[in-house]
Amino acid sequence: MTPTISATALGRRYRDQVALDNVSLTVEPDSITGLLGRNGAGKTTLMRIVTGQEFPTAGDVRVFGEVPAENDAVLRRMVFVREEQTYPDLRVGHVIQVASWFYPNWSEELAQQLLADFELPLRRRIKKLSRGMRSAVGIVIGLAARAELTLFDEPYAGLDAVARQQFYDRLLADFAEHPRTVVLSTHLIDEAADLLEHVVMLDRGRVVLDAAADDVRGTAMTVSGPAAVVDEFVEGRAIWHRQRLGSRASVTVAGPLDVAAQARARTLRLSLEPLSLQQLLVHASGISADEKVSA
Amino acid sequence: MPALDEGTPLFVQIAEQLADDIVEGVLAEGARVPSTNELAAYYRINPATAAKGINLLVDEAVLEKRRGIGMFVAFGAREQLRADRRKRFAEQFIDPMLAEARRLGIDTDTLVSLVRGPGWHNGGDTP
Repeated sequence: MTPTISATALGRRYRDQVALDNVSLTVEPDSITGLLGRNGAGKTTLMRIVTGQEFPTAGDVRVFGEVPAENDAVLRRMVFVREEQTYPDLRVGHVIQVASWFYPNWSEELAQQLLADFELPLRRRIKKLSRGMRSAVGIVIGLAARAELTLFDEPYAGLDAVARQQFYDRLLADFAEHPRTVVLSTHLIDEAADLLEHVVMLDRGRVVLDAAADDVRGTAMTVSGPAAVVDEFVEGRAIWHRQRLGSRASVTVAGPLDVAAQARARTLRLSLEPLSLQQLLVHASGISADEKVSA
Repeated sequence: MPALDEGTPLFVQIAEQLADDIVEGVLAEGARVPSTNELAAYYRINPATAAKGINLLVDEAVLEKRRGIGMFVAFGAREQLRADRRKRFAEQFIDPMLAEARRLGIDTDTLVSLVRGPGWHNGGDTP
């Protein structure tokens, strides 16, 4: 099957600043991919290139097997919801109506349901909306469009935890019934982690992690207990981080730990804690740009 | 949502929770198992992950697919799971208990009396 997105040695330079550097990745159809990384890591640039809003200065990107830039046939099959998306200053109901004309798979039923979920005032002008409400408008459009490729770039500025959970729930439910390719960039990593099937992590314009979400769990483990016991246990493993408090030590080692190692840790009464995706990102951002986190 | 722990892959946890339900009889043999999408919505996880969990149990013949209807608990699944768990019981529960007992200086006789006489270790009088 043709990947929905495939990028090969993609680069983007702004004068002397490198936004994307040798980025190669594929996004498979009907999957939810998390695009993770710090601010300025290149997430938005990558999404802008994928959606044909920007040209790469090196390499090649294909969406549905074709070059997306100025390609109406490809662009109609995708929806891109940006962080702090701006809209013409119409009433909310009109913005939704205009969007419905643009997307061929638009579901009016879902749109109405989402508008009610987020309690959006249809007659209010966009300019009079709070930041969170404006984000909600983007989410309504992004989900109701049911586009084959749906890109969300930090879609929830100003949304509270309850509204974000609503977004995740609706995304999952609608994705289950109408599978499509979703790319979600976020810095609320642990919150979104379980939704993701695939994870791509960018740091300073480079891909530092590109793996199935299942494989990422257990990529690294923190072992803690009495220092001598911990030291013995971690011997021969790649050590990422070491911390000591009095006679206790806590050491982060590259995983995964097999069943035997886990049983041994239990017998030695060491506590094992896997690194969360969030902590993994912090670690990946700290390593030198040439290294890749292996999962 | 029931808490899923961080360490074990999500799909393994899904399989384990379904297996728990079968062992406890919450999911009877022959009963329909929640669909991939129902599991995904309930646990708030990717549907592909839920499907992987279900497939794990299909591979072990604990669940069986009936074309067009859904996924069902296989007959004999409960006994099969119980037998598997009995095999792992010593390793999972007894070994760690013995290790801790050794550390605390609890000898085997005391241990046996602890297992035999519930209430004794709660500070109550010995009957």
